[in-house]
Amino acid sequence: MWQELSGKIVLEWLGFTGKLGDALHFFLYDTIKIWFLLLSIIFAVSFLRTWFNTEKVRAYLAGKREFTGNILAALFGIITPFCTCSAIPLFLGFLQARIPIGVTFSFLISAPLNNEIAIAMLFSLFGWKITAIYIGFGLFVAILGGWIIGRFNVEQYVLITVPPLSGDIELPTYKPPFQERVNEAWNNTRDIFAKIYLWVMVGVGVGAWFHGYVPAEFIAAYAGGDAWYTVPVAVLMGIPMYSSAAGVMPLVEVLTQKGMLLGSALSFMMAVTALSLPEAIILKQILHIRLIALFFAIITAGIIGIGFIFNTIL
Amino acid sequence: MKIEILGTGCAKCNELEMKVKQAVAKSGKFVQIEKVSDLQKIMGYGVMSTPGLVIDGKVVSTGKMLSANEIIELINAY
Repeated sequence: MWQELSGKIVLEWLGFTGKLGDALHFFLYDTIKIWFLLLSIIFAVSFLRTWFNTEKVRAYLAGKREFTGNILAALFGIITPFCTCSAIPLFLGFLQARIPIGVTFSFLISAPLNNEIAIAMLFSLFGWKITAIYIGFGLFVAILGGWIIGRFNVEQYVLITVPPLSGDIELPTYKPPFQERVNEAWNNTRDIFAKIYLWVMVGVGVGAWFHGYVPAEFIAAYAGGDAWYTVPVAVLMGIPMYSSAAGVMPLVEVLTQKGMLLGSALSFMMAVTALSLPEAIILKQILHIRLIALFFAIITAGIIGIGFIFNTIL
Repeated sequence: MKIEILGTGCAKCNELEMKVKQAVAKSGKFVQIEKVSDLQKIMGYGVMSTPGLVIDGKVVSTGKMLSANEIIELINAY
């Protein structure tokens, strides 16, 4: 419905034709569609999140066995609000509650990977199937990655000693009423949207230009091939693009339409969200560089593996 | 009464401190306000998601911004 209307506005009312008309139509249609879906999904996720916080998750994870703990931590990573700036207190807080270090890493991998922006962008661009695949494989990397890290003797690489909690973990007592949860979710949605709406426009704009002007053969030749190196290259390119998921994902959509393999695209998007240099720099304050390197190496290997599997199956 | 704002210096923590000051001014009560940025102390409260708000040694909110009105309600409820 909106697609027809957008076509009408650009092609009939404004009188654009040919490739320019096509590109403009695509731009208008996609931008408004994505904005609308972003607002709805981020609001829904933020609203659900008012029932969860890291303190509750910690209380729940404390005392769980290692493998079960990894699975639960990865699942909680989807629904718990997380920002890079709180990575240190979170890490130390988990240690304080004697949660195994591998379980902590499962959470640290899953939380940024399954952030609300990435989920909302994926859903609005690729639909629920790809979103489910992304989340599923993201969980897999988080569970397995954290478990593997737990197999190494990495406690020695934590540079700060944390005094164990004395007594029980105390949870905040305040239970906000419904209206307050709605307000909080809406404020959060507005904050996030204000940060990313321009990036969405830029991403869709460049995508629209690709869509209208760049021939599919060109993209297939450079990003599409099934040469072995496309996945690792995609992952490497994703690392510096942290926090620009909103701008990058519309481009990836156009690239896949024009022949980029889905596995390479998935690997790339996971690299954008999961491998964050700012997070590494922040964690450097409390962790030895070897542990951070191990953390990055394991995620990278996992993401590349997923890309290969996908490119081979599909 | 003593209100502590727990935060390691993120933008939101400073914002919350402002809001607390506004709320205290509006409430007209005598309240001591303290910003806690020492990580060990924050951990001591069992708080991981900053900013956190502590009233008289009790954690009342973690990981979110509160409006001045919400803070006033918390002060009054206490």
